[in-house]
Amino acid sequence: MSDRGKQGPCGPQGVSRRGFLTTVSSSAAAAAVVGAVAPTVAEAAPRDASEPTPIVLHVNGRKYRLAVEPRETLISVLRERLGLTGSKPGCERGECGACTVLLDGSTRYSCMTLAVEAQGHIITTIEGLADGEELSELQKAFIHEDAYQCGFCTPGQVMAAEGLLRKNPAPTMDDVRLGMSGNLCRCGAYGHIFKAVQKAASTRRAGGAK
Amino acid sequence: MLPTFTYIKPTTLDQAVRELATPGARACSGGTDLLGCLRDRVFTAEKLVSLNGLTELRGVTELANGGLRIGALTTLTEVATHALIGAKYQVLAAAAAAAASPQLRNQGTIGGNICQRPRCWYYRGDFACARKGGDICFAKEGENQLHAIFGGDVCVMVHPSDTAPALMALDASVRLVGPRGTRTVPMGEFFVLPSKDHTRETVVEPGELVTELVLPPPPALAVSTYRKLRARGAWDFAITGAAVALGLRGKKIESARVVLSGVAPVPWRVEAAEKELVGHELSDALIERAAQRASANATPLSGNAYKVALVRGAVAEALSDLRDKG
Repeated sequence: MSDRGKQGPCGPQGVSRRGFLTTVSSSAAAAAVVGAVAPTVAEAAPRDASEPTPIVLHVNGRKYRLAVEPRETLISVLRERLGLTGSKPGCERGECGACTVLLDGSTRYSCMTLAVEAQGHIITTIEGLADGEELSELQKAFIHEDAYQCGFCTPGQVMAAEGLLRKNPAPTMDDVRLGMSGNLCRCGAYGHIFKAVQKAASTRRAGGAK
Repeated sequence: MLPTFTYIKPTTLDQAVRELATPGARACSGGTDLLGCLRDRVFTAEKLVSLNGLTELRGVTELANGGLRIGALTTLTEVATHALIGAKYQVLAAAAAAAASPQLRNQGTIGGNICQRPRCWYYRGDFACARKGGDICFAKEGENQLHAIFGGDVCVMVHPSDTAPALMALDASVRLVGPRGTRTVPMGEFFVLPSKDHTRETVVEPGELVTELVLPPPPALAVSTYRKLRARGAWDFAITGAAVALGLRGKKIESARVVLSGVAPVPWRVEAAEKELVGHELSDALIERAAQRASANATPLSGNAYKVALVRGAVAEALSDLRDKG
């Protein structure tokens, strides 16, 4: 159940698909210093609004030290600073669920969370579910049940399901429908998504798998 | 991108109150309503004062008198799943569970939920409406199918909270702290009708902060429930809702609270329906009479007369649910 994310912020080989397709901007990725564990930075008196505030984020088992503006949301920092582009910005106002991540194991919209407020919490993104190249049982269930079409909402759907199953390992179909109700799928793959969540639940119960 | 603001996360209530007293400061807890308003430029903030360092404002504690204290920073998920709330104050657990989506309930707090800003599309949109300091309530002549059928005046918004009517049905009080000290306001006096002041929804003064909600002990035999009607089965605001709490002696109703959501600028208590109920046993005929009373005196707008029937239905369904439970 622990966060696995042993790979770096750019994927197992150090190069994500996006990183391969786009020239990695040196500023953003390099600003995220991986390594030494620093205590949560205490917030001092307010400074100039645009002045970056140093923060520490704990994402997928790694600590990142970086400086952000207070107005930067967690989704933008995950994607644009840490290169973790699995979480998707959809509506950017808490209405679609594509940006869903876990904070201390509970689902949350990263578009409605300030990065400064995510300090001190254990953040898990879609990149943190697989063990290297080995997908989690939940991710495999989404594939087996064909639980997506265009795939844009899928990372958020998977994270919502992960949050649901951590709280409720044996959900009824009603539990699944309610638990997944904070995530929209424009392709309408809901039936397949619900099946995938139930399949993953039974696989996890049977095997004690992650 | 959000507009710029400074950020501070006080670790004591005193510090938070001091920070909130500065001009342009706004309190931030779950942030699910605040960030949306800032992003849509509904209002501005020069400084966000995060309340999330005030751990004493989080959690539920039982009071010596048998009542309950709910810290303002308790999340809606915690309220919806708390054993004591579920056992003694079902209407509140049900209302919290019916609010928003799982993610927003994990994030949003009970204090924020009762202080949330209107969801009126003109208020949230690019309109200088009356509530934002303009001259006109655009909804009166415009698109008003989701707007008020009670209590509208210079503004016909509906209060968006599910937990507020539940708290009102439970006779809860709000504890506030501000530069001039603390005060306790009954839920029935916490919200402000547009006829009194159409630029604010609550009595919370600038620099003041909701710290906790206090629930009195329920009657010895009490039942309560929340019926929420909305366009989808989940993750939507109430078009109409009914929070009902009854105190019983045997089958006879000794006390009643009927508070509507989604139909007025404040959680709308209908004392006429309550009076109809007290002294009687719940029967089909009584339920029908009370539901009728709840919807009487509605003044629908051009596009929302359907809500009158919904009020009758929501109240009747809530009461029927309680009859089946009792």
